[in-house]
Amino acid sequence: MKKDCVFVYSDDFQNYKFHDEHPFNQLRVKLTYDLLRTMNALRDEQIVAPRMATDEELALIHDRDYIEAVKAAGQGRLSADIALNYGLGTEDTPIFPNMHEASALLVGSTLTAVDYVLSGKAKHALSLGGGLHHGFRGKASGFCIYNDSAVAIKYIQEKYQLRVLYVDTDAHHGDGVQWSFYDDPDVCTFSIHETGRYLFPGTGNVNERGQGKGYGYSFNIPVDAFTEDESWLDAYRQALREIADFFKPDIIVTQNGADAHYYDPLTHLSVTMKTYREIPKLAHQIAHEYCDGRWIAVGGGGYDIWRVVPRAWALIWLEMTEQSNISGNLPKAWLDKWQALSPVPLPLEWDDPEHLYSPIPRKTEITEKNAQTVEKALYPIRNHRSNIKQSL
Amino acid sequence: MIVEQIMKTDVITLHPNHRIIDAIQLVKQHHIRHIPIVNDENHVIGIITDRDIRDASPSIFQANEYIEDLQKPISTIMKTDVITGHPLDFVEEIAALFYEYRISCLPIVKDEKLVGIITETDLLHTFVQLTGAHQPSSQIEVKVPNLSGMLSKVAAIFSQRNINISSVLVYPDKDEHYKILVFRAQTMNPTGIIADLKNAGYTVLWPNLPGVSS
Repeated sequence: MKKDCVFVYSDDFQNYKFHDEHPFNQLRVKLTYDLLRTMNALRDEQIVAPRMATDEELALIHDRDYIEAVKAAGQGRLSADIALNYGLGTEDTPIFPNMHEASALLVGSTLTAVDYVLSGKAKHALSLGGGLHHGFRGKASGFCIYNDSAVAIKYIQEKYQLRVLYVDTDAHHGDGVQWSFYDDPDVCTFSIHETGRYLFPGTGNVNERGQGKGYGYSFNIPVDAFTEDESWLDAYRQALREIADFFKPDIIVTQNGADAHYYDPLTHLSVTMKTYREIPKLAHQIAHEYCDGRWIAVGGGGYDIWRVVPRAWALIWLEMTEQSNISGNLPKAWLDKWQALSPVPLPLEWDDPEHLYSPIPRKTEITEKNAQTVEKALYPIRNHRSNIKQSL
Repeated sequence: MIVEQIMKTDVITLHPNHRIIDAIQLVKQHHIRHIPIVNDENHVIGIITDRDIRDASPSIFQANEYIEDLQKPISTIMKTDVITGHPLDFVEEIAALFYEYRISCLPIVKDEKLVGIITETDLLHTFVQLTGAHQPSSQIEVKVPNLSGMLSKVAAIFSQRNINISSVLVYPDKDEHYKILVFRAQTMNPTGIIADLKNAGYTVLWPNLPGVSS
């Protein structure tokens, strides 16, 4: 039976857990799942279980000795010195029991999403357990062990020979995925994030455009700290439209980190739920305009797991399944169930109130600077286009 | 850091009796802007820059006139008062030299022979590495009183959290009684270290956007 959309989910996503105080908390996937189930927006037949990624699949991106190190670390067999060389056992990515299995399941979840879409069993698929865009070939970084998105893109290339557009709206630069395909003209990466001036990882500058044959296929828009909805969305809409038109992808993979929100404790952007309504909307349109609907969406960052992530991620699914015209109150049953566990009062409605924060003093300058950044990022495409016009 | 560690050793050179047209081709072919001129003993006896070449070339409006001039030897246009450096010079000194003499290239000479070259681009690249901006990290700026021992006190707080520091810069503050310590720290979650710093009484600028506080 053909399902239009699938939601890859398992309670085992919770096994990817560093420790109780760590900001990366997969409870947010469960909160999202529960929100959608409570409101009857996610039916039994739309839910599919993730599979584990095999070692061969992980090795599409990751070094074999790194995979072995992760396995050994998860079984307590890796010395601290060696672990540190692989970025394991740090403040960001502490070692935890069975970390290989937990991480390989997140990769497998995104691969499951890919299989559903590319075998034609679904148009769109959502893998909220994935989106671990900082993982490097041979090193853990920024809460990420294996890079599910990079593995999935390589898998799509090897198995289906498609051209992939990767769109990363996490507040942090999608460095792991960018570097994995930096010299590949068949994968176009586009990341919009808070400038690396202060924020991790520090890369993602406009002038990172790719290298060799891949030059011109990496796009970065670093927006200023304190950027608000209007300016952020303006950058996103202009860039994604023009990049899609330039690259003409066969499939899009979107990474949906929800940490650019004003409430997020790790970043300094000031967007609200307005932005999280719009992100999947445009991605959905692009998927239908260029890719015959083929769209894989994954999760990512998001560290206000109570007030931001469940609403933002539920909106991706609601957009995919064309139920996004929802507003007003969140389901009471969901609020009643989770409020007791939340350290902060849960929001009562889908949308944020006006005046969520006090006005940003340098808004005009920030908006102006972001517009210039967009201009610079898209310059090669726009320049190319006007050259073609002249020669006609 | 000393010059030897960052200089390029495969230097593209010409002899004084090479023609100007040879220099034009070399500059285009290798995307370079400076060519040291050496004699048979590999002694630096002159230097030409892309600007010297441009001065000697016909205007684009008269591109085909006087082209025989480009057959003249380089010795007719090269500068002979060349500022050179030594492999053991400090990179900081070289940077000051570039700034003071408004030059952007320095042939490096040892035993009177040319052994390397440093350009503005090499210096900039070194600077990028000094800032640590090429490795995944967060930037945290701490405003401290301009007193001895502050850096070690602040760095100790990072070390208690087991956070690796990839670079430290010390900037002057507008108020000379203060300094700004700029750390690039290998963590995506600096909230803990920031809380520690604040508890210890320091002013943390994360991010530092004048007129706006987070």
